[in-house]
This record gives sequence, structure tokens and C-alpha cells, in this order.
Amino acid sequence: MTELNSKYADSGYIQKLILRSLLFLLLGIFAVYYLMPLFIMVTTSLKSLEEIRTGSLIDLPREVTFAAWKTAWSGACTGIQCEGLRPFFWNSVLLAVPAVIISTLIGALNGYVIAQWRFKGANLIFSLMLFGCFIPFQVVLLPMARVLGIINLAGSISGLVFVHVIYGIGFTTLFFRNYYVSIPVELVKAAKIDGANFFRIFISIFLPLSLPIIVVTVIWQFTQIWNDFLFGVSFSEAGTQPVTVALNNIVNSTTGVKEYNVDMAAAIIAALPTLLVYVVAGKYFIRGLTAGSVKG
Amino acid sequence: MSTILEIKNLHKDFGSLNILNSINVSIEEGDFLVLVGPSGCGKSTLLNCIAGLEPITSGAIAIDGRDMTTVSPKDRDIAMVFQSYALYPTMTVGQNITFGMKVRGIEKNEREEKLLKVAKQLQIESLINRRPGQLSGGQRQRVAMGRALVRDPKLFLFDEPLSNLDAKLRVEMRTEIKKLHQNLNASMVYVTHDQIEAMTLATKIVVMKGGIVQQIGTPSEIYNRPSNLFVADFMGSPAMNLIPAKVTNNGKGTKFTIARSHGEPLILFDDNITKLPENVVLGLRPEDIGDANLRKGDKLQISTCSVDVVEPAGADTYVLINLGGKEVTARLQAETAAQTGMEMAFTFNMDKVSYFNAKTGQRLN
Amino acid sequence: MSEWLEKQLPKLVLAPSFVAILIFVYGFIGWTAWVSFTKSKLLPRYDIVGLIQYDRLFVSPRWDVAFSNLFIFGFLFIVISMLLGLLLAILLDQKIRTEGIIRTIYLYPMALSLIVTGTAWKWILNPGLGLEAMLRSWGWESFSFNWLVDPNMAIYTVVIAGVWQASGFVMALFLAGLRSVDDEIIKAAQVDGIPTWRIYLSIILPSMAAIFLSAFIVLAHLSIKSFDLVVALTGGGPGYATDLPATYMYTMAFSRGDIGQAASSAMIMMAVVFAIVVPYLYSELRARND
Repeated sequence: MTELNSKYADSGYIQKLILRSLLFLLLGIFAVYYLMPLFIMVTTSLKSLEEIRTGSLIDLPREVTFAAWKTAWSGACTGIQCEGLRPFFWNSVLLAVPAVIISTLIGALNGYVIAQWRFKGANLIFSLMLFGCFIPFQVVLLPMARVLGIINLAGSISGLVFVHVIYGIGFTTLFFRNYYVSIPVELVKAAKIDGANFFRIFISIFLPLSLPIIVVTVIWQFTQIWNDFLFGVSFSEAGTQPVTVALNNIVNSTTGVKEYNVDMAAAIIAALPTLLVYVVAGKYFIRGLTAGSVKG
Repeated sequence: MSTILEIKNLHKDFGSLNILNSINVSIEEGDFLVLVGPSGCGKSTLLNCIAGLEPITSGAIAIDGRDMTTVSPKDRDIAMVFQSYALYPTMTVGQNITFGMKVRGIEKNEREEKLLKVAKQLQIESLINRRPGQLSGGQRQRVAMGRALVRDPKLFLFDEPLSNLDAKLRVEMRTEIKKLHQNLNASMVYVTHDQIEAMTLATKIVVMKGGIVQQIGTPSEIYNRPSNLFVADFMGSPAMNLIPAKVTNNGKGTKFTIARSHGEPLILFDDNITKLPENVVLGLRPEDIGDANLRKGDKLQISTCSVDVVEPAGADTYVLINLGGKEVTARLQAETAAQTGMEMAFTFNMDKVSYFNAKTGQRLN
Repeated sequence: MSEWLEKQLPKLVLAPSFVAILIFVYGFIGWTAWVSFTKSKLLPRYDIVGLIQYDRLFVSPRWDVAFSNLFIFGFLFIVISMLLGLLLAILLDQKIRTEGIIRTIYLYPMALSLIVTGTAWKWILNPGLGLEAMLRSWGWESFSFNWLVDPNMAIYTVVIAGVWQASGFVMALFLAGLRSVDDEIIKAAQVDGIPTWRIYLSIILPSMAAIFLSAFIVLAHLSIKSFDLVVALTGGGPGYATDLPATYMYTMAFSRGDIGQAASSAMIMMAVVFAIVVPYLYSELRARND
């Protein structure tokens, strides 16, 4: 790509060096900008309240203590209970795993149908589903609360799974459909002649091809669902809240002394799973983010 | 010899658009039928209808006497080779070829046996454990054919299988397909836009345009007696010369007057035909116009023409002359003394001429 | 399996999702719209009385603040994120060896929950113990950064946190766009003697129009949905100074027991999203089907 320095290639090694250094300086400053909050969160979580009050924001802890972490995990108060994040972390796991698996599976089948088994109206249905991705969820909160009550899932984790699956289908279908559209339609023709039926073709031919998009979809869905707050706070009760709601409760609890170190430790615990996924499989995550928008 | 494929009055519409109109074709066992025509003429669609991959609006298709109207592709006893080969990308060559058998529940041993037999036939034994991504174009083509062969079908369908190959490979594979046809005595329906492929492979050709059959015949019939201007122009390389002429009937036959840009019009006679309309188009293939100094024969008519362009091409020399407002190509022997601008005597073989109605394009003789 | 069933199978497989979307998206929108025309309070009532809820909405001072905050926050959030993202993308486009690591660093905030982001920035911007205190302890005695508790400035803290979260994503989008420009066009321009900055301005940026639009749509969408961030960062406060339509709706629905207001505010949010997204989707789908 275009090199900022191409113009100066002949007019001096020094000038080139200066510009390059400027570039790295700028990049470095921004790196600090992005890393700073994480750094502060970690250091604060390792300090005692004394240190926090007497020291400054970016000081390294003079005395590293994991007490805040212990409290955040098993002792912090999230309302009337003071069991820390642990039970709620587990709630999020019970919520995210089934929701991700089910919404991904449904999205794969839907994408397969829309991309390869075109029939009249398939595109219309796809457009309607696509639009559903864009709505502000505030507009479905009230009726969903009522429906969950009616089908006896109100305040339960299963209810939350149900909600996340329903509203995740739009995205997962989009991802798979865009992926399957680029597979030549003659593959299905050849398989039909070979005698394979709808499901056989999906299982023997399309699924084996789908690893990249499955990874992208799973990462995207997991991040969305684990990080969700709106559905969590609207449709759960004290025992079934996901970790994001519990975190908010800990941080914004009005009782007692504000324990900033516990707050920070709790925030990190809540963020760890998605952060870990990002670090390990980041490039697929990026692909997922840009797939929907750039529509590659 | 039984009729292996019979298409009767086939119509296909797509919404309000008519794709295929009144198609009537039938072939015997062992025939090699080629559907040829420009892109958009409906030949691929027709092939897909035969395969059962596309529905038809009206008419009937019968394979080996069985009506196929309600039969799905997998039960038609056919095999198909696609332009892009359509090999299953995550399966090995062996798995690709045996997939159909696996679906039908054939035992592993039998599958292996048939696989080896076909692999040997196509010389791809060494490729059995490779994936399609690791193969060259020609190898993929063979695997696609292997997948078709292993089905031992009543009918082989080919959808422009050579279009994705480079010129040299195309000629090689063309010969392979021809040999396969002869060795197996298989019935094949083959779609191509390349008229050379059509002429070299077919026992029967269907020329199509705009969803309508223009002519059905053997390569020789199509070549020597094209049924209309389109077929005359489309088939054969270089194309048939189509020269407008004015007709006058004298007592014993017909006199043709062909205008020229300079000088007197060219006059040709044909005593074997009468009652032609006033304006006709004369169809003469380049090899039927010769150098009068080199070609002798008392059936040939001779006339002097002015040479516009000379194109030496090895064994032949192509010479362009201007007749009736058109650039006419003559295929002369390499020894010809023709030079640009010179006036020379040319022979016209009126035994091989085709006459077409200038208005409708239909053949008149 | 019977022939008919086999033929209908694709439709049957798609049907449940389609029905679900019809009910849980479009049906629910309809329900909310309906209720927004009623006098519902704690429980929904279904007799339509007209635009009373919208009247109440538009004279409510709290809604006023929330709605204007949407545009203040939205505008700043989108513009700053796009500018920052573009700058970073251009910087990263300069063939850096450590590009992968730097990109990872710029992008990781997107992997965090907005609650986590809000919590972190709430701490950093804490007047007594955060940034303000730190700079003061460094000698800048008069530095004050109490935006978090200042009703007039609090909304800008939401902008700061939001930009931190989203600018990396915009950068990733733009970087992909910068790189999708054909190398040969660039080379031709360089041979023509066109300076680098001009190449960016006149050739590369214009070809990224579609990506700018995509980024805008995503950011606009994010800002309308901003709920988590406000809840964690400011709780809507001080007072309701950082309220956004999303938090207004939630408060009305679950704290105030005023479903009519909740429904009408939700419908307004819906209308804003609709006005932005529909023309975009329409032109996208049209271009794809051509």
C-alpha cells in the first residue's frame, strides 16, 4: 500500500527516519490510550483500599494483594445476596453455551436454504429476517416479558436462552447465507444426481466446508450473548442473573463502602471469557465483525 | 437399437419469459448428441430439463421408453459432468467417485471394486487419495468423468465440460471423450458453444437459437446442407460465405447476378434449380471457391475477381474477394500465385452451393 | 420420504425461523405500537385512545433531555469514532511489521461488555480518586475533571467511553477498505507524480464511500441502542442528565410502571432506526440482486 514516505525516498534518509519515528510515536500513544484502562483495572484490583485512597490512579501496587479478587468471586454483594460473581458466572455459562449452539445451528440451516435452495419468496424472507437484526430491542422488551410469563419461562435461564436464540437467528442466518452463496450451485446439482437428499447434502458436503464460518459465528454469538445486559436485566430475577447484571449490581450497590478494587476485579472476571476468546481467535472475530457490515 | 432419449414438444417458460419452444429430438442408443448454439440459446437449460434438475412447462421427456415427468434426477439413471466439474471439495477423489454409491447403500467392497475399475480406465489411480484442490484442471475433469462412469448410466450428460480448459488440453480431452464414447458405446448428450467440438464429437447435432431448434442432423448434413442462414453462418470454421444475389430465370435454369464494387457484376449459373425468388443468398464454403489455375474440373464455373487480401496459413492460403458487398473468403492451395490487387480467375463449385431466401433466411434447395 | 415432502423441505426448514421473526419481531413491534396508543400504566390496556402517550412524551422534560442527548451523543460518537478510526487505519496502512499486535490492541475493547467498559471508565473519571486526582497530584493543582458528576458535561463522558470502545472496530473496517483499492491504480497515480496525501484524498477515500456508509450505519445503530454503557457509567445521572431514550424506556417500563410511556418511547427509537436503516438496506439489497 501507499507508503507515507515514498515522496521522500530520494530527499534524505534523515527525513524518512523522522517521519517513521513520528509514525511509531503516534501508534504508541494510541496503544497506550487503548491499553490504559485495562492496565488501570488490573493494578487497581491488586491494591488495598488504603493504597487506592492514598496513591494515584496509575501507580503500580506497592503491595500486591489478591483479596479483592477473592471477594469479587465469592463475597461481593449483588443485592441481598453476598456470594460474589461465582454463581452468576455459572449462570452466564448455562445461558451462553446452549444459546450459541442452537442459534448457530439454526442459522446454518437457514443460510443453506436461502443460499442454495432458492424458491419464490426466499429473498423476501431473508430481507425480513435481516431487518430484524437492526431493531432496537427496547421495542420488544414489553411484549416479550409478557410472553415469557405466559409460557412460564419468566425469570429463568431457559427463558433467556429462548430470547437470545430468537434474536440471534437474524445474524447467524446472515453469516451463513453470505458464506454459502459463494459455493457453486452445481455442487448441489451433482449431489442430487448422486442421489443425496436435502439433509445428506447439508451434512456430507456443506458442513465440512463450513468450519471458517462456524468459528466466526460462534465467536460473534458468544461475545454478543455473554456481554449482553439489556435482555439479562429485563428478563432475569435475583438467582438467574447473568454475570453482566451481577457486575453492575456489585459496582452500583449503594450499601457499604465503595470497594473500588473489588469493582475492578469483578469487571475483569466478567470480561475474561470474551477477552480470552478474542486473544486466541481474534482474527476470526474481526472477520465476523466485518462480514456483516462490508458484506464480503 | 432402441430409442434411448425422446423429447416431445417440450416447452419451458420462466414466468412470462419463454426459454424453450417446441423442442422435438430423439436419439438411439450409442448416439452422441450435441446441443450447440450461442450463449443464451437454451441448450444448458434443455440439458438440465433432461436431467430433471429443471421443471418443464409442457411436453414430455422419455429415457429408454420411461416417461420422466414425475421422476427425480437420482432415479433417471443418468450421470452428469459439469463445466466446473463440481467435485466435492472436502472429499478425496475416491470419496468423490463413490459418494453416489454410498448414498445408494452399495457395499464397501463393491464400491472399491468399481472405483478401481474406473480409475484404471481414466488413468487416475495415483490420485485416489488426493483432494480436488490439489489437482490440475485436466485431472479434475477426469475425476468428474469417473464419477459419471461409475454410475454405469443409460445416458451421459455433459454441460460444456471443456470450456474451463486451455486450448491444448481441450483438444486432448476432446479426443478422450470421443474414445470413451467409442469404447463404451455409451449414449451421450453434450452441450457446447464451440462448433468445432460439435462437429468432431457428434453423431447428431441440434443447433439452437433463442430457445428454438434451428436444425437437427448429422455433422455432414449440418455442414453441407444448413437449413437456414443462422446455421450456415454459425457452423463451420471459417464461416460459410453468404453472398446476396439477384435471380433471373432463363429457359433452362437460373442465372445469378452478384454485384461488385468495381466493374461488371459476377454471373453464375445453375441449371439444376428453378423457381427461386428474386433475391437470394448464395451459400458457398471457402473450400468451394478455388484458384482456376490450380483447380480443374468441368463442373466448375470460372470468373475473374479482384483479390483484396491474401492470408497465408501454412497448408492453405485464404484470399478475400469482394462480392455482393461482402468480404468473401476463398480457400486456395498454398501454391497459389494470388497477390493483393491482382485480377485472378476463381472457380465456383455450384454443386455445393446452398440457396437461402434473402428475407426469411430459410434454405431453398 | 414422499416426493412432495422432499420438494417442500427447504421451505419447511426455514418456516419456523420465519414464523418466529414474524411473531417476535414484527408482531411484537405491532404490540408495542398498539400499546403506545393506549392509556396503559402498570398493566397494558388495549383500548386505543390516540396520541396521548406521545403528547406526554414530548412535554416531558426528562424525555427532552434523553432525546437531545441521543443526538449530541450520537453525533459526537459517530464523528469522532470515524475520524479516529480513519486516522488509525491510515497509520496502520503504512506497512508496519508489528501491525498484527497493534491491531489486536486497538480492537480488544470491542470484545468487552459495555458494562465492563462503563465500570472501568467510571473509575478512571472518578473525580476524587481518578484522573483528576492523579493530575492534581502531579502538580496540576487546578485541573478539574468532574464531568462525571456535572449535569452539563456528563453526557460527554459517555462519548469518551463509547469512542474508546468502538473506534478500533471502525479502524478495522477502514483498514480493510483502504486495502481493497487496486494496487495498480495507486502505482499509476504515483508514476503520474501525484503526492501521497493527494492519492489518499482523491483516489482512495472516494472509493471507500460504501465502507463509510457501513461504518456510519453500525455506529448509528450502536448509539441508538446504548443502554448498557449509560447504566454502568452514570446510571443515567446525575439525575437524568445522561438519560438516553433507551434508559428512559427501561425506567418507564420497569421502575415507574408506566407501560404507555415505555411503549411510546420505544416506538420513537424504532422510528429513528427505521429512518436510517431502511434506505440503506433497500439500496444494498437492490445492488446485490441486480
